[in-house]
Amino acid sequence: MPLNLTVSPDFAPDHISGWFYFNTFLQRQLGIPIHLELYDSFAKQREDIRQGKVDLSYANPYDASMLVRELGFKALAKPKQKTDETVIAVSAHSDITAVEELKPGSVLATTDDPDVHTMGMIMLESADLDESNIELKTLKNYVLVAKSLLKGEADVGFFLKQGYDELSQLIRSEMRPLVSSQIGVIHHVLLAGPAFNEHQEALSQTLLTMVDDPKGQGVLKNMGLVGWEAMSEEDTEFMIDLIDTLVE
Amino acid sequence: MSEDKKTPTREERIRYFDGSERVATIVDEEIPYPDGKLIVSRTDIKGFITHANQAFVDMSGYTREELIGANHNILRHPDMPAVAFKGLWDTVEKGEKWQGFVKNLRKDGTYYWVKATVIPNIRNGQLMGYTSVRRKPSRSKIRESEALYATLM
Repeated sequence: MPLNLTVSPDFAPDHISGWFYFNTFLQRQLGIPIHLELYDSFAKQREDIRQGKVDLSYANPYDASMLVRELGFKALAKPKQKTDETVIAVSAHSDITAVEELKPGSVLATTDDPDVHTMGMIMLESADLDESNIELKTLKNYVLVAKSLLKGEADVGFFLKQGYDELSQLIRSEMRPLVSSQIGVIHHVLLAGPAFNEHQEALSQTLLTMVDDPKGQGVLKNMGLVGWEAMSEEDTEFMIDLIDTLVE
Repeated sequence: MSEDKKTPTREERIRYFDGSERVATIVDEEIPYPDGKLIVSRTDIKGFITHANQAFVDMSGYTREELIGANHNILRHPDMPAVAFKGLWDTVEKGEKWQGFVKNLRKDGTYYWVKATVIPNIRNGQLMGYTSVRRKPSRSKIRESEALYATLM
């Protein structure tokens, strides 16, 4: 039975092939079969994780909490120089110039990405907005969030900063960020489940030295990463505590 | 020609929970909470600061060296009623999350409002300290809190 690898569904479409290369790279380095399962739904992925169908996950920080505290996963590494930040944007033609100008009844375009949505809602609190007094449009991806703003179907949209930055110049020129989070300590993390225990050390070593290997460098580039950094148990617990302060 | 406006300043004795006290210069001027930032700190179980992020350093006006090892009550503004902090400690000592609006005192005597959340850090079933995360509050919540705290002094 191969072990199962999955990736938080918020990765950019341009990097899909990178995750397949990563899976092949890991199998060759570790000498074990690994199956890569990708999802386009956070909810479906979470359901499969809970059913024990995942052994290795590149998890968003919100799901990391469940994987570590409920399912006994261990954080092995985090992506270097890559934190998760949220952008709140409006159409370039909008009269709104600050979050505090948004009014109850505003239409919000968002995704089911739990981190971005949570951070975005926190940044709307300063306008006294919450899910009870805005209209939510939950869309499949950030391109659709942008389109919704451009067509005037939503007043404001939430984006993962990386997702916003990777939109085409043309789309971005039609939007205006109101605020961008600057948290710096919330990031994705590669977590290994109990079934990976015997391979954990080899896997950590493989990840940390990927950047020194010409093939590894190519794989990283395709994943949109510059390398991996070791993550201690306490680093992980700290990030999870922080996430816990943000969820109601 | 700009008018020479003087910000009202006063000296106040702040009495802490542990019986210690200090005289602080209070300047009646609010420093706006920076958009998009979270102020993050951690303390040990007695409330002494063990971690401060850059936003905390910037907003408090203290250096990181001054903050680490200091009691978190270094931020206590005399306009905050003691009962608010009693509620905080009673809640987190039970292992629960506390959330509230707090007027914090900066080193230079000015102040800033936050929405604060404090949670206990449990490791292997043991309480190791607390994490506090502060975010930008709305003006309406600040007004409500000012009115409420004035009745509790």
